Parts: sequence; C-alpha cells; structure tokens
Amino acid sequence: MAMLRTENMTMKFGGLVAVSDLNVRIEKNEIVGLIGPNGAGKTTAFNMISGVYIPTKGKVFFQEEERDGSIKEIDITIKKPHDITQLGIARTFQNIRLFKQLSVLENVVIANHLRLGSNWMSSVIRTTDYVKKEEAMYDKSAELLAKVGLYGVRNELSYSLPYGMQRRLEIVRALATRPKILLLDEPAAGMNPQESHDLMNFISKIRQEFDLTILMIEHHMRVVMGVCERIYVLDYGITIAEGTPSEIQKDPKVIEAYLGVD
Amino acid sequence: MAKKKTDKRNRYLNIGAILLILAILMALNLTLDNYQIRIFNLCGIYIILSLSMILINGFLGLFSLGHAGFMAIGAYTCALLTMDPAIKKMNFFLQPIVPWLAHVQWPILPAIFLSGILAAFAGLLIGAPVLRLKDDYLAIATLGFAEIIRIIFTNTQTLTNGSLGLKGIETIKTVIPVMGTSVTINVMWWIWIIAILTVIFMVRLIRGSYGKAFMAIREDEIAAEAMGISIFKHKLLAFVIASFFAGVGGALLGNLMGTIDPLMFRFLLTYNIVMVVVLGGIGSITGGVLSSIVVTILMEVLRFLDGTFAIGSFVIPGMPGLRMVVFSILLMLVIIYRPKGILGTREFSWDWLLGIPAYIKRISKKPGKPGKDVGNDGNA
Repeated sequence: MAMLRTENMTMKFGGLVAVSDLNVRIEKNEIVGLIGPNGAGKTTAFNMISGVYIPTKGKVFFQEEERDGSIKEIDITIKKPHDITQLGIARTFQNIRLFKQLSVLENVVIANHLRLGSNWMSSVIRTTDYVKKEEAMYDKSAELLAKVGLYGVRNELSYSLPYGMQRRLEIVRALATRPKILLLDEPAAGMNPQESHDLMNFISKIRQEFDLTILMIEHHMRVVMGVCERIYVLDYGITIAEGTPSEIQKDPKVIEAYLGVD
Repeated sequence: MAKKKTDKRNRYLNIGAILLILAILMALNLTLDNYQIRIFNLCGIYIILSLSMILINGFLGLFSLGHAGFMAIGAYTCALLTMDPAIKKMNFFLQPIVPWLAHVQWPILPAIFLSGILAAFAGLLIGAPVLRLKDDYLAIATLGFAEIIRIIFTNTQTLTNGSLGLKGIETIKTVIPVMGTSVTINVMWWIWIIAILTVIFMVRLIRGSYGKAFMAIREDEIAAEAMGISIFKHKLLAFVIASFFAGVGGALLGNLMGTIDPLMFRFLLTYNIVMVVVLGGIGSITGGVLSSIVVTILMEVLRFLDGTFAIGSFVIPGMPGLRMVVFSILLMLVIIYRPKGILGTREFSWDWLLGIPAYIKRISKKPGKPGKDVGNDGNA
C-alpha cells in the first residue's frame, strides 16, 4: 500500500483549475519529485496535501501504522495542517519561513512542542515530569543540530544565518516534528551549484538516517535527476508524465512543456 | 553539567531576590505615608495588568484592546462578593440588589480568584469567535466587546447598581494570629504578593514549551501551524490566561480605589496599559515590570504640571491634562527611536547581571569595541 496517495485531487480557484485530477502514489522510503514549469500547480498540490487548502474534489490518503503493527489508511483530505503534521507529514516552504527572531535551537525546540504531551499547567508549575520532558526536548534538538552541522550556530538568531544554512535549518526543523513523510518545496531555490550539490547529499543522507519518504518540488534539474527515483510532471495543473528520471528526460510531452515545439 | 550548576545558582539567586523584594516591601510599608503607599500599590496592580497584556500583545503578537472589559468583570465580581451586606443595601437605594447576592460576604482570596475565573470565562466566550480575526480587526472587535461589557454593567441596575457604581468597598485587611500576637496583612501585601506571583507565573509560562509555541505563532503563523502547533488552541489559551489576570488586576484595583463605576472602565484604561507596555518593551516581562513602576510614579510626580507652575519667571497657568502630554511625547519618541519599546524583547537574566563586571573590564581594556548585547534568556 502507498504511504501517501492522492485520488483525483483537484483545486479550483474561481474559474482557474490550478490542479486537476492529480493522482500521486508514494511508496515507503521513496524520493519522488514533482516538477513542472512555473504556475503548473506544484505548490498548490503541496498545500492540499499539508492541509493548507481543502481540495475542491478528490481525496488524500495517508498510511498510518497502528501500535500493534497493522497498517491502516486514513483520509486526511479535510484535516487541519497541525493535525496532519501530528500524523507525520512535515513540510518546508518555498520562501523560507523560519521563526526569524528566535535562535536556531529554539526553532528546532518549537518543532518538538507537538510531541510534548504535557498541559500548560504543568509547564508553569514545572512538575518533575514536565522538566524531564523539556530537558529531553532540548537534548534531542541539540543532537539533531549536531547531526546536520548546525550545532555551532545554535545560539544565533535564525535570520542571521547564511541562505544555505537557513534552508538546511528549515529542513531540520521539519525533521524535528518526527515525520514519516517530508515534503520539500524547492529546497535548492537560489542555491549555487556547490550548495545544491551539498543539498543532494544532505537529502540522501537524511532519508537513510531518519527512514524517511520524501516528496519534493524542484526546478534544478540536476538535483531532481540526481536524487529522485520517480518523477511526476505537471503542466497547467495536468499530470503530463510520470516515471524514472531517464524516462522523463526522453518524454516528448515534457520537452514540449519546458521548451515548446515549433 | 555546567548548565545544571548555573541552574542551581539561579534558583538560589531567585529565592534571594524574592526575599529581598519582600524585605523592601516591609521597609516601604513602614516608612511611606498613606498617599505614597497608594501609588506604590497602583504600581503593583499595573504590573499585573501590563503582564497580562504583554502575553497577548507581545508574545502572541495579537493586538487586543479588551482589557478594560475584563477588568470591569473582575472588579465588580470582587466588590459584590466582599462587600458588607449593610453597605450593599445602602448602595442599592434605587432598586434593591438581586436576592442571591444580598447577603453574600466572602473572604478576599476566594473572591479575587473567582473574579479572575469569571473574567477568564468571559475571555473564553469572547475569544472563541474573535480570535479568528487578525491585526486591526481583532483590536476593534476586542475594543467593542469591552465597551459592550461596560454598557451591560451600566444597565443591570439590580446586579451592578448601574451608573451609580458601588461605593464603600472595604479595603482588604486580613488579620492573622501568629504566635499570640496578630499580624495585619494590609492591601499592599495582597497586591504585591499577587504581583510577584504573576511575574513568576508569566516567566515560567513564557520560558516553557507553551511560551515558545506562542512566540512561534507571533513570528510566523503558517510555519507554526506546519510545525503542528494548533494556532487557535494556543491563541485561546493565552487569551484566557490574560483575561484571568486582567480580572484579578481589576479586582485589586476596585479594592484599592474603594469605589467603582462603569465609567472607570472606559477604553482609556486600556490605553493606559498599552502605554505602559509599549514604553517598557513589547515582548519583555522585565520591561513591563519596570515601566509599570516608572510610569505609575511619573504619573503622580508630574501632577504639578496640571496646576499653575513657573519656569523661571514665566508662569504657566493651570492646564488640566498637561502631564499626559509628557507621556504622549515620550511615547512618540519611543516609537520613533525604539519601535519595540525601550527593552524590546530583552529580559533580565542573572547571567547578564553577573557578567557586567567582566564586561566593564573588557570594554575598558579595548576601547571602542562594542560588547555583546543583553542575553535573550530571561531569568527573573
């Protein structure tokens, strides 16, 4: 069964059909790319999966593992964004959205808040249980930052970091919510070749380390072809191709969408 | 390990600081005259009120102007619960008070607590629909609800005595027998102990996980939601907590003043608190506390401006309200030069205080080198 599945997912804004009948299937541990020219509806598709928009038609399903090990598919079409994150779908944003005035460590600590499991009263009284949980939160965040090489800047304000690091911090922050699926919205946007090369390695690394499934939107063809195992191509909201990177590169429809025909 | 050590040190320093404050309070209680103590008490009440406002306007980044309404609820609840039945009868001479309130007389502590609870409940009812709004719309809606509460209180003659208000609210004086002698705990102790508890409450709330979540919502709502933080739940939580403290502050204010009437709780009262908060620092508990004390004292010190006074040989005739002009100018200057308030989001911390000697040493060695700013990790 697919980890994440959309069924004829459609989004209309007034008369404009931003995404039409999108059917995506993502298996466990895959890295899947979602590409297409500007305005193809990629970010809209992301927003529907992460709950920011409710699709006008169609459904989104997420596979959840029960405590006894059995696997169940649940409908997340009309769930709220924070509930979806709680289930295990985390995302990053096309234009970086860090908590600018807070430190790097705090940014990651906040992403742990949803798994805290204490009420606000115990945080004010500082019960031993809460203090233990809070300490664990900070330790885990520091550990995570150390793993991705951001531990040295943990006390800096997040907006003061260089661009590449901000991108990485955003991914780390999403990882701190302990997701099963990570949605990356143009992680390599605005990066130079060296930075995007590092990012490719980084994405492969975190997939292995955190046992992740990744769906990413990307424009850098080198990154997409380098890390993705399967690719969906959107154009004006319609899925025009689907397949492995080499198949996509040869597909006449994709070439037409990107380069045009005479 | 080093962190544990400083934590322990800070805990002792905190306890020491609280004991020191209590000692100062005791000294002031003995030395100040009645008028000065009254102003001092007002400082304490403003600390409670400004912290409650900083929670919403500073840490959550919402612009709410509903404080006067919640204070009115607190003040009336406390006054009606603690007032002597005989005085109640005298107050309600136009129409008698509702029978179920006529003979009630509670001790002060549960009355203050219930005032806060009722204000918090009103906060819950108002917050649930209103917190879906943003920015100016939220400000207008909360302002409107505060006015609605005031108008309701003006018209419920049998419950609140309408526009006549309540007079002769007994100032708190609790007598506790201690080892044969009796110790009187007057209103100052009540106000300041509640103020200190409020500060401790807010510092702990803000430093904890929930406080961090509030700040995340302030920084970026969409990202906070994507991090699994339920925006509505957290906003409502903060709003209810802030309403609770507004209610407690209102209860104490009513008790200190001795009389309350609906006109007291106009939006001007809210603006006074906004002024304190903006001057001190939007998003700083330290700033709120300091500015509550400074502004309240300045308010009285500058009272001479309202009367006739002379600058050299130039005599200025009495102009009531001139002292508020000083605050207008101060507010404008702060907004132009320090838009986030004098302290911004900085907080007092022991690390900062104990770091001052080393800092002075460093800058005196290397002149012209700017030092590190005050840390962001509050630890009052």
